[in-house]
Amino acid sequence: MKSLMLGNEAVARGLYEAGVTVVSSYPGTPSTEITEYATQYDEIYTEWAPNEKVAFEVAFGAATGGARSFCAMKHVGLNVAADPLYTASYIGVNGGMVCAVADDPGMHSSQNEQDSRHHAMASKTPMLEPSDSAECLEYTKLAFELSEKFDVPFLLRLSTRISHGRSLVELSPREEHPVKEYKKDVMKNVMMPAMARLRHVEVEKRNEAIRVWAETSGINRVEYNDTSIGVICAGSTYQYAREALGERASYFKLGMVYPLPVDSLKEFAGKVDKLYVVEELDDIIETHCKKHGINVIGKEIFPVCGEFSQSIVRQEILGEKLSGVEYDKPVPPRPPVLCAGCPHRGLFVALRNLKLYVSGDIGCYTLGAQAPLAMMDTCVCMGASVSGLHGFNVARGSEQAKKSVAVVGDSTFIHSGITGLINIAYNKGISTVIVLDNSITGMTGHQNNPANGLTIKGDPTVSVNLEALAKAVGINRVVVVDPFDIEGTRKAVEAELASEEPSLIIARRPCALLKTVKHNPAMVVDTEKCTGCKSCLKAGCPAISVRGEANKGRGNAIIDPNQCVGCEICAKLCAFGAIGFREGK
Amino acid sequence: MSVKNIIIVGVGGQGTLLASRIMGNAFIEKGYDVKVSEVHGMSQRGGSVVTYVRYGDKVYSPLIDKGEADIIIAFEQLEAARWLPYLKPDGILISSTQKIDPMPVIMGKAEYPENILEDIRAKGVKVIEVDALKLAEEAGSAKSTNVVLLGVAAHFLGFDKETWKRIVCSTVPKKTVEINEKAFELGYAAK
Repeated sequence: MKSLMLGNEAVARGLYEAGVTVVSSYPGTPSTEITEYATQYDEIYTEWAPNEKVAFEVAFGAATGGARSFCAMKHVGLNVAADPLYTASYIGVNGGMVCAVADDPGMHSSQNEQDSRHHAMASKTPMLEPSDSAECLEYTKLAFELSEKFDVPFLLRLSTRISHGRSLVELSPREEHPVKEYKKDVMKNVMMPAMARLRHVEVEKRNEAIRVWAETSGINRVEYNDTSIGVICAGSTYQYAREALGERASYFKLGMVYPLPVDSLKEFAGKVDKLYVVEELDDIIETHCKKHGINVIGKEIFPVCGEFSQSIVRQEILGEKLSGVEYDKPVPPRPPVLCAGCPHRGLFVALRNLKLYVSGDIGCYTLGAQAPLAMMDTCVCMGASVSGLHGFNVARGSEQAKKSVAVVGDSTFIHSGITGLINIAYNKGISTVIVLDNSITGMTGHQNNPANGLTIKGDPTVSVNLEALAKAVGINRVVVVDPFDIEGTRKAVEAELASEEPSLIIARRPCALLKTVKHNPAMVVDTEKCTGCKSCLKAGCPAISVRGEANKGRGNAIIDPNQCVGCEICAKLCAFGAIGFREGK
Repeated sequence: MSVKNIIIVGVGGQGTLLASRIMGNAFIEKGYDVKVSEVHGMSQRGGSVVTYVRYGDKVYSPLIDKGEADIIIAFEQLEAARWLPYLKPDGILISSTQKIDPMPVIMGKAEYPENILEDIRAKGVKVIEVDALKLAEEAGSAKSTNVVLLGVAAHFLGFDKETWKRIVCSTVPKKTVEINEKAFELGYAAK
């Protein structure tokens, strides 16, 4: 029977059918659901790791131990896991290992648009790229076979449209792969210079063998139609090209994007009149073709930046453009915002009049960078708020350190903020770091983490005691505040900034979207008291707006009862006492 | 059958994903090839969200581009205006009359356009408007807006009401079946 599955769900199904027993991942859009779906199979041990490097190393350790193992991460997560990746490629595997990496062309939910195929090439790790959910399942299983056949971890490249697209999948039963025997092999598994020099030679031989295999194995598929146009493509760009050009073109669809074939590409090039490479992001296939003397048209006409679609292909190759119905008036943008009742809002409101430099990080709270909160100076990568703040303060001196903070979420702090905090303590910094502890990994859709006391399955476990952790690394000043207590939070921040020591402030309140959080009733505006001054709007809450012609045209505040959860932050911003709960509630 | 394109647009949190899942299940039951494209992650937090649903004999791209949509189902008026260029000139717009101010409008930095649906109708587009939020509340939960709109859309999606109702009931969470069944009926009757 066929099922309509998310690409990520199909990868998880592939793990199940391939007999995988160990999965370790760190959440990251658009890769997160793979591990969540894998958790639904009792045959697979799954876990959330503190970061992608740990996840990769756990999976690699399991593969060394003879199990079929897996880890998933977003594109920037592979940077974190790059260290083990590059040497795992030298060592190879015992049980098969696959690492899924999900790119985000168009940056729907990411801080950059990097192309993870570079990591495949640079680490010399073979990479498959599926183009729909059926291939997500098929390639996942194939990657495990190939991993064991060629003795190397495989990368599975996904992208937003493949990971978060649903299409039809045919299911098969699970094939068990019992844990293989482990044999100590120092020459293969201990990468000291003398051994690694020998292994590098093997890596080059292995990748040549994989290329030769890929030339004829059918992983790269040729579809001959009209040969006046030839298109080389992979993953989602195959779908866009096929949609736009139909039978008017012939296709070389790559299933393996590293190592790339040479002979079969040359053969295809010889049979078509005009040859295009349609690839999102960087010109990797194009450069490969040109290096081997294959004359292709690529980034001369196609963009490097942004996501592709069928209309880009249609326009650039056929010169055709569809038009829809235009709406004539300007349409205001609708950027994402912190939810009504979000605890992060309380912290940012508390910080807002202190004129601080705010070293930011990756998570829901990054949305606080936007107006009207506008409470962030930087956002780079996971953990950079803490280490970056230290650098900023060292450069600008201790007076600056009294006017600057880092804000970092609980999950991000565990991921890589803690190392920055150790650096501050060890190097006698005086920076003030604020952990926004909302008891969940929020932005990626609510994953448990080492600080919230629950495993991936929701079972109780130990939780990192952030207060004790900070003290253990040498931070003597540790304060816990409730971000909804705006006055108390502001005072605590002022006190810690004034001190000559480093501090950790934990702003603790669970995410408003957690099912375990009890909400107040919606708040109401007393129109007799409201003056239309708009102070409440400074909360940047989607549930409150000012409308109408009252108050000499300034209007009145209105609270949307469907969104408001009664956090009272707007009420605290109102100087006229116009916002409160309905009487009797 | 040639491929039909449906775009579902709204504001993060309005339940657009559930509507596309119900549709996807309905079209595979009828033996079509189906692709549904969703966006998860950051844009879900109150941002503009879009889901593409495509079905037919063979579907390639997961995306629907400008000028390709047969139907746009808008959960909010401003989103109807934003995504209008994706509608075929002879396409149908089904829109809830609900308005949700985006942050730039809340802050007074931009204006929410007046008479959006009237202006779109004046362009010759077939517009079906429905107060989906009111009907959803009547059904028992504001969260069933998605199923109200699906009830309206069911008139244009090729198969009978009972089939839709059955698939709605088998896709939504068990605790909400009764509310969603009523929401579907109210939407279906509103057209």
